[in-house]
Amino acid sequence: MQPLADQLIRSWIHADPGAWPYTQAVYLLFMLIAGALLTTFTAVFSGIVSWYERRLAGRMQSRIGPNRVGPAGFLVWVADALKLISKEDTIPGDSDHALFRAGPYFVVTGLVLTFVALPFGDRLIAADMNLGLFYILSVTALVVVGLIMSAWSSNSKWSLVGGIRSAAQVVSYEIPAGLAIMVPVLLAGSLSTQGIIRAQGGPAGGSFFLAGGWPWNWFVFDDPMAFVSFFVFLTAALAEGNRTPFDLPEAESELVSGYNTEYSGMRFSFFFLTEWANLWVMSALATLLFLGGWQIPGVAPEVIGHSAALVFVSFLVFVVKTVALVNVVIWLRWTLPRIRVDQMMVLCWKYLVPIEMAAVLLTALWMLGFAHLVPAAQSAIHGVFFLAAGAVPLVLFLRQTFANLRLTSDRVDLTNW
Amino acid sequence: MEELVIQKIGPVSDEEMVLNMGPQHPSTHGVIRFVVKADGEIMKVAVPVVGYLHRAIEKIGEIVTYPQFMPYTDRADYLAAMFANEGWALAVEKLLGLEVPPRAQYLRAISCELNRIASHLISVGTMGQDIGALTPFVHALREREKINDLIEELCGARLTYNYHRIGGVAFDAPEGWIDEARRFVDRFEKVLDEYDRLLTWNEIYVKRLAGIGIIPAEMAVDYGLVGPNLRGSGVDWDLRRDAPYGAYRDFRFDVPLGKGWVGKKGDCFDRYYVRMLEMRESCKILRQAFEKIPAGDFLAPKVPKRIKPPAGEAWSRIESARGEMGYYVVADGATEKAWRVRIRTGSFTAMGIVEPLSRGMMIADLVALIASLDVVAPEIDR
Repeated sequence: MQPLADQLIRSWIHADPGAWPYTQAVYLLFMLIAGALLTTFTAVFSGIVSWYERRLAGRMQSRIGPNRVGPAGFLVWVADALKLISKEDTIPGDSDHALFRAGPYFVVTGLVLTFVALPFGDRLIAADMNLGLFYILSVTALVVVGLIMSAWSSNSKWSLVGGIRSAAQVVSYEIPAGLAIMVPVLLAGSLSTQGIIRAQGGPAGGSFFLAGGWPWNWFVFDDPMAFVSFFVFLTAALAEGNRTPFDLPEAESELVSGYNTEYSGMRFSFFFLTEWANLWVMSALATLLFLGGWQIPGVAPEVIGHSAALVFVSFLVFVVKTVALVNVVIWLRWTLPRIRVDQMMVLCWKYLVPIEMAAVLLTALWMLGFAHLVPAAQSAIHGVFFLAAGAVPLVLFLRQTFANLRLTSDRVDLTNW
Repeated sequence: MEELVIQKIGPVSDEEMVLNMGPQHPSTHGVIRFVVKADGEIMKVAVPVVGYLHRAIEKIGEIVTYPQFMPYTDRADYLAAMFANEGWALAVEKLLGLEVPPRAQYLRAISCELNRIASHLISVGTMGQDIGALTPFVHALREREKINDLIEELCGARLTYNYHRIGGVAFDAPEGWIDEARRFVDRFEKVLDEYDRLLTWNEIYVKRLAGIGIIPAEMAVDYGLVGPNLRGSGVDWDLRRDAPYGAYRDFRFDVPLGKGWVGKKGDCFDRYYVRMLEMRESCKILRQAFEKIPAGDFLAPKVPKRIKPPAGEAWSRIESARGEMGYYVVADGATEKAWRVRIRTGSFTAMGIVEPLSRGMMIADLVALIASLDVVAPEIDR
C-alpha cells in the first residue's frame, strides 16, 4: 500500500512524499481503505464459500444442497447472515460474561489480521513486510486465545473439552507448519510473502518456457524435501483450521459442537466466518509458499508490475490456484473420517515434526550442493522432478478416477448446477 | 435410578469430570443417556441410563387383541419393523398351531432380508458419521431409500410396515415387483464394493476402530449379546441357520464371523465388517428367494376371524437385524387378548456391556463402541 500511496502523491500532487506534510494522513486513509476492503473480503469470501461448500457436499452426497434463495441457492449465505444477525445473542447465566463476549472478537481479529500480509497479486498486498510470514504465524496464535477464552467462559463441559482439544491441536501443529514454511523461506532467502513468490519466477532473463509461473518453477517441485513439506504444511494447516480429519475441537458426534456450543446469533457466526475465511488463509499460504503464488507462466516477474492488465492477470492466477486448493480441502472434509485425539498428537509429534526437521536440514544441504550449479542445470533438475513428482501422480489419479466411474457405471452429471 | 447411577459413578476427584452424554446428544442414536466420568479425554466409566423411550409396548400387548398388536410391534424396533412383525406372527401362530403357506413364508423372508439390508445400512452409515465421515451415511441412506420404495410398493408403508399377519402376510407381491427387487440387488452389490472403498478400508477409519471395544467370545455370551454383535466376537450362532424358521430352511448362505481383520477379534471393526458381509449374504438369500418363490396363497385360508388361542404359552425367536428377538406370549384361552406379552430384544442386552467395556476408553471411542453395538433406542426401552 505504501508504494502505491507514494506513487499517487507523486503523480497527482507532484509532491515529494517524504517532505509533503499530509503524507501521514494519506497513509492513514489508505490503511482504513485497505482494512475495510480486507474485512469485507473476509466476510464475503467466507459467505460464498459456505454456499459453495454446501453445494459441493450436496453433489458428493447425491443430494442437491441449498437451492432456494437466489439462482442455484447462491444467496443462501446472505439469508444465513441476516438470520444470524437478527437472532438473540444469548449468554449463559453462569458464564464469565466479559470473556464470553470477547472470545469471538479475538478469533475474528486474529484471522483478519493475517490478510494484511497475504498477497493477492503483484503489488496487490496491504503491507509487504519483510517479516510477513513471521507476522502471519504470530497473529494466528491470537485465534487460539479466543477459542480458549470462549470455551472456558461458556461454563459448559462440552465447550471446555472442545477448547482444550483445540488449544492442544493448534499449538502442536504450529510447529510442523512453521518448520514446513522454513523450507520455502530457505529456498527464497526471504520471509516476505512477495519475496517468496518472486523467487519462484524462474531464472532471470530466461526464455518463455523457463520464465514465470510454470509448474517446474514452483517450490513444491524444487526438490524432494519441498515436495514433502508441501503436504506436511497442508496437513498442519488443516489441523490449525480445525478441518476434517482434524475437526476434533468441534466434533459433532463426540462433543455436540465443541467450543461454540453455547453461542448463538452473531457471535456464533463469527466462529464460522473464521472457519471458512481460514480456508482462504491456508490455501493462499500454500499457494504462495509452494505453488508459485501469482506468477504468470511465461511472463518474467519484473514485467508484471509495469502493466495494470498483467497485475490483474496475476490476481486471477492467484485466486484460481487458491480456490483450487480450497476445493481440495472441502473435498477432504466430505471424504475422510475424523482421527482420534491421541492419534492426532502422535501424527504431529512422532511423524510430522521429525520429518520436517530433516527436511529443513536437507534443504540447507541441497542448497549448498546446488548453489554453484548454473541456472540452466537447476531448471533441468526442476523439470525432471516435476515430471516424477507432479505429472505422474496426476495421471495415475485421473486413471483411477475414470476406472472408478467405469466400475459403478455412474455418469458425471452437472445438470443441477 | 439416579442413586444407582451415582453409586456406579463412585467418588469423583478434583481432576475428574462427570459429563452427561444424552438423552439429547448427536451420537446416541435416539434418546439414550450415558453418564461419563472422565479424566480429560480418558473415561473412567460410562454408565448407560435407559428408559427415556419407554412406551409400555408389552403392556399394550395385553390390552389389545392379537391382530391389533401387530402395528404396535412396528414401534418396538422401527428400523427393522419386519422382524418385529414376524416374531409376533410366529408366536401367535405357535399358540394357534397354524400352518403358514409357502408363498407367505417366502414373502416374509424376502421382506425381512430387504429390511435387514436397510437396517444394516443405517447402522454402518451412522457408524461412519459417528467417526466423522459424513458422506458414507448419505450414500447409505440413498440405497435405503430404494429399499423403502420397494417395501412401499409391497405394503404401502416405508418405516412402520405392519406387513406380516397372523397366518401369512397382508398383501401379495405386486406384478413385476420381484424383477424390480432383483434389479435392486444387482445394483446394490456394486454399491457395497464402492462403500468398501470409500469407508471400510479407509486408513483413518480402520485406525479408529481396530482394537477398540474388544468383546471376547465368552464375555459376549455372558452378557447375552446377539446377532452381529455376537458373531463379531467369533461366536458362530445364527438362528436362520441353526434354528431355521419359515423359508430359511431352503436357503444356502454363509454366516460371517469376526476374525480380527485389522485388530483383535471382537473389536468395533469386526462388528462393523460382519454387518457389511451380512448385507452381501442377504443379497445371496434374496436371489435364492426370487428364484424359488412358489405360487399360492399369501395368507393361510384357515385363519379364524376371531383369534382366540387355547390356553398355553409360546416363545418365538427370530434372527432380527439386531440379533435374536423373542416374543413370549401367554394365552388364557378365554379372551381374544394375550394374558402376558414379553419381548426380548438385542439392544437392551447390548447396553449392559457398555459399562464394563468403557473403563479406560477415550470419549471418542465410546461413540464408536455405541455405534458398533448398533443399539436403537425404541428397541432398548420398548
